[in-house]
Amino acid sequence: METDIYLLVEHLRGEVAEISYVLAAAAREMAGATEGRTVALLFGHDIPRLANGLDIDQVLYVEHPALAEFTSEAYLRALEGILDLGAPRAILFGHTSIGMDVASGAAIRFNYPVVSQVKQLVTDGDQLGFVSQICGGKMMVEGAVPEPTALMTLIAGGYHPEAGRNEHTPEVRRVEPPALEDLAIELVAYHEPEAGDVDITKAPLLIAVGRGLQNEGDLELVEDLASALGGAVCASRPIIDLGWLPITRLVGKSGKNVKPEIYLALGISGAPEHVEGMTDSGVIIAVNTDPDAPIFDVAQYGIDTDMLDLVEALNAQLQLAKAV
Amino acid sequence: MMNIVIPANLVPDLVEELTVDETGAALDMTWVSLILNEFDDHAIEQGILLKERVGGHVTVIVPDVEGADDVLHAAAAKGADRLVKLTGDFEAGINNHALARMFGSFLEESDPDLILTGVQAHDDLDGQVGPLLAGSLGFPYVGYVAGVVPENGSVTVRKEYPGGLIAEMNVQTPAVLGVQAADEPPRYVAISKIRQAMKTTTIEEHAAEPPEESRGPAVHRMFPPDVGERATMLEGDLDEVARQVLRILDDAGASV
Repeated sequence: METDIYLLVEHLRGEVAEISYVLAAAAREMAGATEGRTVALLFGHDIPRLANGLDIDQVLYVEHPALAEFTSEAYLRALEGILDLGAPRAILFGHTSIGMDVASGAAIRFNYPVVSQVKQLVTDGDQLGFVSQICGGKMMVEGAVPEPTALMTLIAGGYHPEAGRNEHTPEVRRVEPPALEDLAIELVAYHEPEAGDVDITKAPLLIAVGRGLQNEGDLELVEDLASALGGAVCASRPIIDLGWLPITRLVGKSGKNVKPEIYLALGISGAPEHVEGMTDSGVIIAVNTDPDAPIFDVAQYGIDTDMLDLVEALNAQLQLAKAV
Repeated sequence: MMNIVIPANLVPDLVEELTVDETGAALDMTWVSLILNEFDDHAIEQGILLKERVGGHVTVIVPDVEGADDVLHAAAAKGADRLVKLTGDFEAGINNHALARMFGSFLEESDPDLILTGVQAHDDLDGQVGPLLAGSLGFPYVGYVAGVVPENGSVTVRKEYPGGLIAEMNVQTPAVLGVQAADEPPRYVAISKIRQAMKTTTIEEHAAEPPEESRGPAVHRMFPPDVGERATMLEGDLDEVARQVLRILDDAGASV
């Protein structure tokens, strides 16, 4: 029976992504049940020590210039080289731009089952179970981690990244790189987010708008409220995809993690990919017409009403206060 | 001319209340309505935009579930050239491995240059259709794509990373792209144009058998999230609620 728990270290431009620490924390819990080791898979060029801060027992390092920047194609080939050495009980990936690109492809290539959107692992003796959060955070599903080897993509929020840190120097074992010529995917360039816009990570008060905002024109009312309160406007994904606000204003996955003193969430349902970016805010007030919206599980205060009605009422009150 | 195929799927509308069925391990579909996966909507838009910019032929294929015809007619009204319904037994639900395999049987016959599909769906439990499809067809895959520019024999895509960082990647075609967002938001299409499409377009059917073995995880239990402490709900008329909000903001240190 396989016992080791592998995890793919996600890194970009020399920095390990926070999800990797979440994976390390989960792997440690799983390896406790299987009595195996936790092993970090590190693919890259000239970075053998990058996994040093991770709480893991061993690093399997594949070194090659073609692995300097992430592409799913090169990573899948490197993974093949790793799995030639033997199969683990599980390989953990982030449910992220990197992890999701690799995990499903690996599922087909190596014929392993894959479990998505995993939030928590459940252990019972040496038995491993998973709990995934689906339907935008509205449902949880529980099942057994398929045997003998399963691939899993983990969402943020189930394990604290701090639990996956350990300032030690794990053993690094180099694994011979596979053939990495004739690749069909090539990195051309990185583009930084546009500078010059409001830095939402610095605002003490954020007003976040989501799908509940029906018309782009109504954004002005929200901007008015933000400026009256000395805050900035940010958004969840649908508003960015509609092009109503630039991506620099996105909170959550693919966007920024924010910790303002006050977070006013307007018309935001509270999908996990948004919540992971704002859950550490001081006071969270949520406004949504759906009383079952998951955002009310995160917020301290909730209002079951249309966001625009409340924005107008707030603007009117502030006007009134100014007039006095 | 670029041959673009968009495998799309419908998902439960999250606006409605979701409940667990009597097995305790699946959604009760009795009152759930299905809508086009929002990322697939972006994939369709991206396909139409490419066709408009550089020429191409756009095929949209969806499984034969309730609402499939509406999705296909709306795609036709936006500019899709070929509409295909994947027929098979979807009554008991289908996992992404099986769905990818069934889409694959169509794609092997249709010789695509580019396959665009949504980067994920909110009910994904066994991986995503895009990379599963790419794996089974042996095509390269890039997900979290927000922007596609065709080149000669390849496409240049913008892949999103956390924090707003974009990686510009060149991908040789044929390829599968998991679309996060189209270059432009999905266009609105008037009901009259959809009605017209209903009259002037035909929906083909492609029969596919789900694979005998589909490697998804078995679900033992489904349940709504365990709510810890829920928010204190503010009650009263709007003005009263607004006053309460301002008091809370004031207490928290806002300049009210």
